[in-house]
Amino acid sequence: MLSSKGWDPCLETSFLHCRHQEYIGKVTHAVFQTASGKKRVIVATEKSVVASLNLRSGEIFWRQVLEESEPIDGLQVALGKYAVSLSRGGSLRSFHLPDGSLIWETSLYTSPSPAQLFLLPSDDLLVLKQGIVYVVSSADGRLLWTSDLLDESRLAQTSLSFEGKNIYVAGFSGSSLALFRIDASTGAFTTLKTTEPLNPSSFVLSSGVFAALDTQGNIVTGLMEAEVVELQKTSLATLLDSPVSSAQLLPDKIPGGCVLSTDGGSIFVLGLDKKGVEVLQQIQGPPVVSNSIVLDGTFAQSFLQHINSKEIRVRVLSGKEWIETAEETVEVDPNKGGVQKVFMNAYIKTDRSRGFRVLIVGQDHSLALLQQGKVVWSREEALASVVDTLTAELPLEKAGVSVAEVEHDLYEWLKGHVLRLKSTLMLATAEEQTALQALRLNNADKTKMTRDHNGFRKLIVVLTSSGKLFALHTGNGGIVWSRFIPELSTKGSLKLYPWRIPHKHVDENAVALVLGSSHDGTGFAAWVDMLTGSVQETLALPYSVKVALALPVVDSSERRLHLLIDDQNKAHLYPTSDESLSLFEKYMQNVYFYIADKEAGQIEGYNIKSQVDAGEEGGLVFQSQKIWSVLFPKDSETIAAITTRRADEMVHTQAKVLGNRDVWYKYLNKNMVFVATVTPQDSRVGAANPEETWLVAYLIDSVTGQILHRVSHAHAQGPVHVVFSENWVVYCYFNVRNHRHEMSVLEVYDKSADGKDVLQLMLGRYNASVPFSSFSPRNLEVKGQSYFFPSTVRTMSVTFTARGITGKQILVGTIGNQVIALDKRFLDPRRSADPTPMEREEGVIPLSEGLPLFPQSYLTHAARVEELRGIISVPARLESTCLVFAYGIDLFFTRTAPSRTYDSLTEDFSYALLLITIVVLVVAIAVSMVLSQRKELREKWK
Amino acid sequence: KPASVKLLLNGGEKITFPLKNGYFAFQGIPAGTHLIEVSAPGFFFSPLRVDVSARLHGQVRASLVETGRVLSGNLVLEPMRQEQYFEKREPFSVLGLLKSPMGLMVAFMLIAVVVLPKLMDNIDPEEMKKIQEEMRNRPSPSFSNLLQGARS
Repeated sequence: MLSSKGWDPCLETSFLHCRHQEYIGKVTHAVFQTASGKKRVIVATEKSVVASLNLRSGEIFWRQVLEESEPIDGLQVALGKYAVSLSRGGSLRSFHLPDGSLIWETSLYTSPSPAQLFLLPSDDLLVLKQGIVYVVSSADGRLLWTSDLLDESRLAQTSLSFEGKNIYVAGFSGSSLALFRIDASTGAFTTLKTTEPLNPSSFVLSSGVFAALDTQGNIVTGLMEAEVVELQKTSLATLLDSPVSSAQLLPDKIPGGCVLSTDGGSIFVLGLDKKGVEVLQQIQGPPVVSNSIVLDGTFAQSFLQHINSKEIRVRVLSGKEWIETAEETVEVDPNKGGVQKVFMNAYIKTDRSRGFRVLIVGQDHSLALLQQGKVVWSREEALASVVDTLTAELPLEKAGVSVAEVEHDLYEWLKGHVLRLKSTLMLATAEEQTALQALRLNNADKTKMTRDHNGFRKLIVVLTSSGKLFALHTGNGGIVWSRFIPELSTKGSLKLYPWRIPHKHVDENAVALVLGSSHDGTGFAAWVDMLTGSVQETLALPYSVKVALALPVVDSSERRLHLLIDDQNKAHLYPTSDESLSLFEKYMQNVYFYIADKEAGQIEGYNIKSQVDAGEEGGLVFQSQKIWSVLFPKDSETIAAITTRRADEMVHTQAKVLGNRDVWYKYLNKNMVFVATVTPQDSRVGAANPEETWLVAYLIDSVTGQILHRVSHAHAQGPVHVVFSENWVVYCYFNVRNHRHEMSVLEVYDKSADGKDVLQLMLGRYNASVPFSSFSPRNLEVKGQSYFFPSTVRTMSVTFTARGITGKQILVGTIGNQVIALDKRFLDPRRSADPTPMEREEGVIPLSEGLPLFPQSYLTHAARVEELRGIISVPARLESTCLVFAYGIDLFFTRTAPSRTYDSLTEDFSYALLLITIVVLVVAIAVSMVLSQRKELREKWK
Repeated sequence: KPASVKLLLNGGEKITFPLKNGYFAFQGIPAGTHLIEVSAPGFFFSPLRVDVSARLHGQVRASLVETGRVLSGNLVLEPMRQEQYFEKREPFSVLGLLKSPMGLMVAFMLIAVVVLPKLMDNIDPEEMKKIQEEMRNRPSPSFSNLLQGARS
């Protein structure tokens, strides 16, 4: 049932290991376009994407990503050839349906506020924004007329309908209802009536009829055709033949009617006409209501209901009397949660009867098309909102693979190599070339569910904001498993932690801890098996988790001890076993943590004092105490970024040998925290006074609270992006005066070892194997330098390799949604305009003011990872190589070798050519031997 | 392909796309200094600094950030360079193969095998004997001698 779209391979053969998947996000608006030519559906999503999807397969024809800060408020198809989108910021854009190119763009207003977009019967567009009506020509985006209905007060909860030449607008200003009739061609309007207090949240206007609920349990209806609107009050209790304590009108629009939901869980379809209100249909249980479509002059609408978690009942009601015209039961994946939105479309079947198809948006953001009782296609759009990732090793290969398999593999292998040789010698036909491409892509080796020798095959476990977890295989990007955890979808911040990574018991599966916490003071924890996706345990937490600490202690079953810090700064220890308690008590006085409060502008350090009574909820609870705090002056500095080193980072050597045979020692303090503060301001770039903005960078020891280093940059402005690795920090910000982006580097060296000889260092307390203490005094030297960077930075990361021997690359996500690998050597603070020969020998690059962007250093090549939000790098088993996973709306996976692949042959190394060379040499030797023997014989006969 | 080109104002605050004829416009921009960046796969564009004057009713001055060049008249953006994302792979050629160290060794060996015996043949047998005798007399074996030895 899961139809995961294959990753598009990058075209160049030597970059076969990069994979790109395109997504669009959770669909909010959809318009079907089935009249002529290609059948497609135009959608707008929460991620501000306008896309055209193939209705038969769900593939993307085209998509355009608009401003991510401005949600799309409306989507219409005008004149049958333009897809028109309305952004929150007031931009109305029209895209050409076949290819998605921009036809026209109009900016109606600049103050961001929610608005609605309608298509008038004359095929012009109408934008309704808080009582202001704009009518725009759909041919060229010209503003035809605008009309401000209320000068002073703005209308909330507006609604609109058209009837012939007139447009009716109704809305609440305060708690009184205001009704307007507007001439569609000129924009002249008449105010109809402003009436008594009603309940503003329950209000529907459709086809010249409006309905609202008042506070006494009555439904108030009226027709807007006449000059004077007559209001009719009907008691809900008499209408429904049962006492009603609370009721609500659903915002879903039904022509000439409305949908009422009562607290009993029933749904009533009410018909509104001149005579008053009547109940047309009653549906048990809460359905999801689709948009209405025009069908043979009347309207049709579908209602979706969950029968159980696996089946959905689709009922289509149509006609004046709302008779049920079709009913289908569709089996769906229970892993998708409930249906949140339905879009309906009708079509003519081959036997000339009418069929219906519905597009459903699930609670897990997935998009699926139902037709004729089955799911035609579905898209996992949750992957457009990845929030956290983890990687899991695949299980070891089992011994005893069957012989047939090996033989088959061997045949395949040989065939592949023959093909490859042919293509190398340019003998291959076009057919063979494509066969070779396919073979390389679907290499059975790549998609195996077992560990490989180089550590390239892994599972990437991603957590999405919808609360759905996915495991992606690095080989082909396919979804191995997915698990929807409904409790997580309501939690604000979600995080993944490696709970259990087995080393001793290799045959057991790794487990991840998923933590979700929301601002209302509750949290949720789930333990998920990383290889199968099964949820082992869930736990609702009565507190929200501020910080979660993974302690460097594991219990006998290799579960890592985790401390969850709640909003009262109490520490909760998991797992809650006696063993973990005894382990923790040994370790307790070494636990330090810090909490950064961005609003208050302070960072506080804590340690663990003692165990306290857990109270009702049980578990192991500890009291913490504050030991230090750093307070930033609120009016001049706000915290822009806080970063620490990655806990599992490998550092190969502590020493750095210089060209003049001096040794510098890297200051490798795991407790060092980088904090950047910027001058607070009204965030507009143009408005800031360049003379008064500062960026201050701090290096703070999180155990003692000591500020190790402080440096400030004038004319700098956020947003600040930071990477922190080994003993260096690279951060990037915007220089207001030069109007360029700058990247700065800080490297920290420990100079307290200077003047000691080698023997002292090896045996003394400066040996790297001696435990490091934050309390011992240090003599630090910090070197820094700044460079210009020619692009806005979205996100930054750094490569990690298995042993930390390979050089580092900084992975920069640019504004163009590409990932650039920048060698760390360009960000060396020791670069100078004229390096000495000794520095040259060391590989110090001469100074330049800007950082170069080589075209070859784009890891994404020509692909774009739309709205790039994060880059994750994972070491492979091979030291030279590092796996890179970038996510935004799209997903991108590749491998990078910062210092080239010095420890392996390239993937397309021609083994066949090597073999042939050897064979030719052997033959040559044999032939020459025979020849020489013959010659010798001839000589002897002479 | 124009559909994949995108223009971003102030790091993505505003986005627009070029029309089919290549023109683009940002609407509703306040006065001040702005930065326009172009995202087009396959091309590198310098960011563009645009000063919108508040006093001289929307007069616009634009300059390229990378080079500092002021654009006058119409705003025409040109890519600074076309990007070659891939390092060019050398096409397979016999010459290339021969140029590689392995190829050179093979070539040398072939020459040694084919040409040297020919040289030997050109010397007539009597002289050959003379030389061989000389060689026997000489204490240090020469290269051709070694070769002879190896071949016999």
